[in-house]
Amino acid sequence: MTALHNERNLDVEYLARVEGEGALHLTLVGDEITDLRFKIFEPPRFFEALLRGRRFSEAPDITARICGICPIAYQTSSCNAMEQAAGVELPPTLRALRRLIYCGEWIESHGLHIYFLHAPDFLGYESGIALAKDFPDRVGAGLRLKKIGNHLMTVLGGREIHPINTRVGGFYRAPTRPELDALVPDLEWGLGAAIDTVRWVSGFPMPEFSRDYEYVAMRHPDRYAIEEGRIISNRGMDIDVSEWTDVFEEEHVERSNALHARIKDRGAYHVGPMARYSLNHDQLTPLAREEADRAGLGPVCTNPFQSIVVRAVELVLAFEETLRIIGEYQRPAQPSVVVEPRSSSGHGASEAPRGLLYHRYSVDENGLITDAQIVPPTSQNQLSIEDDLRAFLHGRTSLPDLELRWQLEQAIRNYDPCISCATHFLDLTVERH
Amino acid sequence: MAGRRLVIGIGNRDRGDDAAGLLVAERLTSARTSLRSDCADLMELWEGEDEVVVVDAMRTGRPAGTVTRIDAARTSLPAGQFGSTHSFGLAETVELARALGTLPERLVIYGIEGTDFTVGAPPSPAVTTAVSRLVRDLASDGG
Repeated sequence: MTALHNERNLDVEYLARVEGEGALHLTLVGDEITDLRFKIFEPPRFFEALLRGRRFSEAPDITARICGICPIAYQTSSCNAMEQAAGVELPPTLRALRRLIYCGEWIESHGLHIYFLHAPDFLGYESGIALAKDFPDRVGAGLRLKKIGNHLMTVLGGREIHPINTRVGGFYRAPTRPELDALVPDLEWGLGAAIDTVRWVSGFPMPEFSRDYEYVAMRHPDRYAIEEGRIISNRGMDIDVSEWTDVFEEEHVERSNALHARIKDRGAYHVGPMARYSLNHDQLTPLAREEADRAGLGPVCTNPFQSIVVRAVELVLAFEETLRIIGEYQRPAQPSVVVEPRSSSGHGASEAPRGLLYHRYSVDENGLITDAQIVPPTSQNQLSIEDDLRAFLHGRTSLPDLELRWQLEQAIRNYDPCISCATHFLDLTVERH
Repeated sequence: MAGRRLVIGIGNRDRGDDAAGLLVAERLTSARTSLRSDCADLMELWEGEDEVVVVDAMRTGRPAGTVTRIDAARTSLPAGQFGSTHSFGLAETVELARALGTLPERLVIYGIEGTDFTVGAPPSPAVTTAVSRLVRDLASDGG
């Protein structure tokens, strides 16, 4: 290829502080973007094929292995799907326990992302460790928040990574009241620390940037959706989870091992904390709403860099919810309901820390899985990430390579991309000529 | 718990030489030991401990079985030598704890050089020999 005189290539081979591996390759000719490819090179993980022939009841434990950060999301979406396939509904106490363990995952994941992965970008540090040298108390608090989330998952799930106590139909064992009560002092400290987190991150310098996204998130009639709900958007979508394939489609893109999800006829959409917040602002818990107002977020948030503030608001919400659920908890007589498989298909979704996670299974009359589809949040955000980067580059192309690279990485981390999940998929390569 | 040191072995039993840390910790029958597959809860493990030994496989290009002793309470760990399938490995954990002021007063890290990290493979003979030698040395040293 003949290099153009004014062509710049900027390659970021490895994108640090994202889960998994991916790359961004960017070619600029003068101020014009001639090529922008957000590539994925972690091999596809074939989870969907691996599930075929396995029993329906194994889906939560197998799919939990897809991600060490958000196993509860995988377990919950798969349980929701299998329960729908079997025509079973969980009683309120078991639903509350499912929401409680999910809050533990939000606390653990959001705590990690805010303090160790994203805050360093805003404050000019190359890593969470470098940040910790100047802000040991802050990073120490972030670490404790993460630990509290992990501990909650351990108490309910048997262990913090790939918990073993969740099952289709509920849990193998329901926690006792004293076991949950013992968590309260840490959760009360965590609520205060989460509020402090909102106030800290809302003071960060925010790049001026905004986009008119189609936000897609779940909505529940009674509460800020986490573990169940319908799927809605700010463009009029309002569907049952079982209608996912009618509205969305996945396409394979040559540059990536991951499938990219899009809305049929419309294309890119945005899932995750920004979408959840903007679609369900009216359902924020009292302190979360108060802190969002104080942080100046407004009912709809369109600057993706403010996602760090939204995550902090969701941390507050998660702590409020854990304390509420524990306060109302009465140990169920049975930790699960009986689920008898039948030949059918089931659709399940939940709000993973990074956004909507959709599962679909077909099960035969013996309870064996004949087909599976898993659509993680990062593959749904892939197109939106690329669109963000193109838009963000306008007016910034003259920045020196190092500064541009820093800002692009920061823009990608707005999505807390979990690449290992999405390849089921991240390295950043930016090229300038 | 003060008075007796804690030996932590880190590794993956199913990835060849990566098992080295686990093998040392499980053979030290007289010591307080902990076997971990990653560094996720290392800081919690050594909280309140006065003296901690961590054994892990490392990869620097030296011959298999070469043992490197690092006085981590005094020396920074070089990044990229203690491999991890996760982004947050031993060096990152130790340096984060140092920044937060939560390193044990005495923390010694033994890195056992590995060369074969094939999935499903047993540890190489050189690493097995190094494990036996380190177990003997640690046991005679009160481990």
